[in-house]
Amino acid sequence: MPTIRFEGQDYFCSSDETVLESLERHGVMLPSSCKSGTCQTCLTRALKGQPPSAAQKGLKDTLAAQNYFLACICKPEEDLEIGLASVSPKYSARLIKKDLMNESIVRLRIEVPEDFSYQAGQFINLIRPSDELTRSYSLASISSDSFLELHIKRVPEGRMSTWLFDTVEEGDELSFFGPSGDCFYLPDNPERTLLLVGAGTGLAPLHGILRDALEQGHKGPIHLFHASLAAPGLYLIDELREIAVQFSQFKYTPCVLHGDAPEGGKQGNIVDIPGQVLGSFNGFRVYLCGDPQIVNALRQKAFMAGTSMQDIHSDPFVFAPA
Amino acid sequence: MSSVYEQLGGEAAINAAVDVFYRKVLGDKYVVRFFEGVDMDKQAAKQRAFLTMVTGGPNSYTGKDMREGHRHLIKMGLDDSHFDHILCHLRSTLAELGVAQDLIDTVISVAESTRDDVLDR
Ligand SMILES: Cc1cc2nc3c(=O)[nH]c(=O)nc-3n(C[C@H](O)[C@H](O)[C@H](O)COP(=O)(O)OP(=O)(O)OC[C@H]3O[C@@H](n4cnc5c(N)ncnc54)[C@H](O)[C@@H]3O)c2cc1C
Ligand code: HEM
Ligand code: FES
Repeated sequence: MPTIRFEGQDYFCSSDETVLESLERHGVMLPSSCKSGTCQTCLTRALKGQPPSAAQKGLKDTLAAQNYFLACICKPEEDLEIGLASVSPKYSARLIKKDLMNESIVRLRIEVPEDFSYQAGQFINLIRPSDELTRSYSLASISSDSFLELHIKRVPEGRMSTWLFDTVEEGDELSFFGPSGDCFYLPDNPERTLLLVGAGTGLAPLHGILRDALEQGHKGPIHLFHASLAAPGLYLIDELREIAVQFSQFKYTPCVLHGDAPEGGKQGNIVDIPGQVLGSFNGFRVYLCGDPQIVNALRQKAFMAGTSMQDIHSDPFVFAPA
Repeated sequence: MSSVYEQLGGEAAINAAVDVFYRKVLGDKYVVRFFEGVDMDKQAAKQRAFLTMVTGGPNSYTGKDMREGHRHLIKMGLDDSHFDHILCHLRSTLAELGVAQDLIDTVISVAESTRDDVLDR
């Protein structure tokens, strides 16, 4: 009889019971609706133990890879520790390098703490020690790098971003927990077309995903569209051009809303540009990161242009209410 | 007799139908406002629940669930005309996927049978 551990309590699960039924019998109500594995309201994560694959049907593959499952159709075959959100240990690591990418974006490189592992494109939650203020920042590095890399945009009067810009110095210790997020590369089909679109520091996770895909031997076309209001807001242009020279399957398109685009770039609205350049997105895997309004608009565009909902991965950089 | 859901090919067929159906709904200016939730993933999962239900696949929805699940939409003005649009998208989705006419008719009649519950009458 498998045991289910949830919020520090153990519950026994009978052989013909689902996780949802078992917890309900013990008076613990998880959110649910259809109770038949279609609506995904009961999405839960196995923190320890492997959920049966039958309990992961219809889930995005990046969720399945992180052991998410549907509690209403999960008849556990082994002991499971489950949680609605993942709880992660707190890490602390030294800032080894801090440099400006342009006048409003700073790059931080942090030591990789022992036993911290992540997928390129996920994010961590930085904590400011003085008041426990917490903000999410995406990882631009890949796991074979000897550092964690973050790209931080200066937000006017932003508490965390201003502190990172003006106060934090090389050699300081930074605290964080994580990683989270389901925006990362999966090597299931190396021939597939990947489309990466982001504005501003939305480039951070995309840069990680791009390098990760290439390192894992992705062969199919990879299109990266990076947008900014105007040319001075773009960054990593030379590095990205260099990757495009080295890997012929990679195409980089810098985009600006106002003024002239750099060579090989486009002027216009980032929500429209990928469609204008590529036409149909049929069969693509799509990654969208950054400004929430742009991400949501692009999600709808990508879906209408033929991408399956299952293949659209996005990280809207939702900001905390003031 | 096996359900339409099984005759269509079960879960795989529904997964194929979800994208086609949801694309039609989002492309229909007359009904799209009911579906403009923040989270497209959750909304797509609900479309899958809808398709599983009307094809007779595994579900445990009751008439009461349908009343409660759509009541907030009635407040937004949901009526027969929107219901008819959805039936139309359902029909053309199944036709596009090559489903036989008699199966389509069965699905539509199941969907039709929920009309009073969905519209809370
Ligand atoms: C999953 C995720 C990943 C993220 N990754 C990154 C990343 O890689 N790089 C990065 O720079 N940021 C990223 N962010 C955003 C980041 O977490 C913070 O929201 C941002 O740095 C602002 O925090 P702050 O404390 O400086 O501002 P706050 O003190 O929280 O905000 C100050 C004021 O500015 C407003 N505001 C905040 N952000 C914006 C904005 N973008 N545009 C307009 N107004 C704003 C607030 O509403 C408030 O009124 C990510 C967010 C999420 C959810
Ligand atoms: C044809 C008959 C219909 C059936 C059988 C049906 C069935 C369903 C089901 C099973 C769900 C998922 C409920 C859940 O698990 O949360 C749902 C949700 C929903 N339905 Fe319907 N539906 C029908 C008609 C309509 C119509 C006509 C509209 C609007 C034009 C509509 C709009 C919605 C919306 C917006 C949701 C999501 C609500 C939410 O976000 O919670 N439905 N429907
Ligand atoms: S309750 Fe609907 S998928 Fe589990």
